Amino acid sequence: MSDLLALYQDIILEHNRSPRNFRKPAHISHEAKGFNPLCGDKVTLYLNVEDDRIQDVGFEGSGCAISTASASLMTERLKGLTLADAASLFQQVHHYLTQNSATSPLDPELGKLEALGGVRQYPARVKCATLPWHTLQAALLNRHAPITTEMETHADE
Amino acid sequence: MATWIQAKKTLDLKQHMGSIRMDFPILNQRVHGRPLVYLDNAATTQKPRAVIQAMAEYYESQNANIHRGVHALSEVATSLYESARETVATFLNAQSPSEIVFTRNATESINMIANIMGHDQIKPNDEILLTELEHHSNIVPWQFLCERTGARLKIIPIQESGDLDYESAVKLFGPRTRILAITHVSNALGTVNNLPPLIALAHQYGAAVLVDGAQAAPHIAVDVQALDCDFYVFSGHKIYGPTGVGVLYGKREWLDRLPPWQGGGDMITSVSFQHTTYAEPPHKFEAGTPPISQAIGLAEAIRYVQGIGYPAICAYEENLELYALRRLLETPGIQLIGQPLKRASIVSFVMEGIHPHDIGTVLDQSGIAVRAGHHCAMPLMEHYRVPATVRASFAFYNTYEEVDTLATALEKTWKLFQP
Repeated sequence: MSDLLALYQDIILEHNRSPRNFRKPAHISHEAKGFNPLCGDKVTLYLNVEDDRIQDVGFEGSGCAISTASASLMTERLKGLTLADAASLFQQVHHYLTQNSATSPLDPELGKLEALGGVRQYPARVKCATLPWHTLQAALLNRHAPITTEMETHADE
Repeated sequence: MATWIQAKKTLDLKQHMGSIRMDFPILNQRVHGRPLVYLDNAATTQKPRAVIQAMAEYYESQNANIHRGVHALSEVATSLYESARETVATFLNAQSPSEIVFTRNATESINMIANIMGHDQIKPNDEILLTELEHHSNIVPWQFLCERTGARLKIIPIQESGDLDYESAVKLFGPRTRILAITHVSNALGTVNNLPPLIALAHQYGAAVLVDGAQAAPHIAVDVQALDCDFYVFSGHKIYGPTGVGVLYGKREWLDRLPPWQGGGDMITSVSFQHTTYAEPPHKFEAGTPPISQAIGLAEAIRYVQGIGYPAICAYEENLELYALRRLLETPGIQLIGQPLKRASIVSFVMEGIHPHDIGTVLDQSGIAVRAGHHCAMPLMEHYRVPATVRASFAFYNTYEEVDTLATALEKTWKLFQP
């Protein structure tokens, strides 16, 4: 059970139960869909960017606790960031979640997002946590084709 | 053959469980520090030692290519391979071993038929009937066929229980119906379909019937002559045999009429650059070196299952399944997906507010292997408006204690996710 509590930390469970920004904003400038064909998790991410800054963000879809909490925590963090800040946050989180060792250091700069690091001990679940982030990357590039966790460029192994 | 079987009578497997489990070496291990509870048998079954040994013996002392050469080993290998075919023919009650084609798996068997039916059997606007219960492997090959020929798919719907809607099914048959491709047992819900009336109806309209028996063969004694289906397919690895071998049963008249699928060695009688004549069935459909050791392993698996006997397997599995259903219904938050009249060792469920993948991860930490996902049956998941389910699938080597372990772990899962 102790391992499980590292994966399902209170903050993850709470964001899964009450996801933040789980809605479609009235004004949308950037949008992307993410899909994990292995498990069926789906997420649609909406951004409203004005003057290079993310003014509003929301998401819809269905997924497991990890992907839902990851999307919820991500949207919380994105509000107010510039597009460049959002892109570098993607890099930072992606690196943090996919580095191969479960013992590699936590990243205190990530704040609440650090809680997602529990997946590093569960290789089968890493893609659950990264799906919303890859969707963010696609939205930032305004890519219209849905992205999937099985695409070559998004491989997390 | 299992060594502990002494007399030909219906065994009470509960009394022999210790010996049965000893026949499956893989079951005796710990996962995440807990004894393995393997409840993912619909994905693949574990192998008895007899199967592993038969394959090892083949490679250690009998390996050669078949139907070639006059040397001693080739004759031994050929005879083992062809006698595996006879074992499968008897197992399915086919009229003759020539009606048994070895393939790679059930999926390949279906693809072969869907492919070669397209040569001259199917015309634009012909209709192919499937059911809402089908695995993707019994959907996509027929979509390929439709794209190539201009034929159309028609889908027999299910009722909320997960049983086929037989009244609607009757109305879907018509003069353009050419094929009914239907699963014997649903891989996602466990529903056992009532095939005979549908097969009779299909034949009244002159349609051919292919039955996907991948989930049925391990749990139900299959008699292809009694069913009167035209094709029956299953996979070796789901019936305690190795991966890499599947079976296509086809009525001899169909196998005579249909053209070959792949070309190569072993499927010809003579080849010149001007003209090639094909071998007789089943060899016409087995181009290239076939899965020899796998067919030998499959035959051994069938002998093992027959040694225990379907009456004993069915009786035990039915009681185990009832016990599992009872324990699941006592567990907080559980909602069963599908409650069919008759089911074969598969139980699908969801838990209120908890995603199946999270359940799968928690169960795994308790040493329990289940499948969490869409079970390659996305249309069916759509029907029940769930993205995925948890599926526990049983084999005759599973125990009542393992069901208890599952129920306890599910209770723990429920508590973990409550506020």
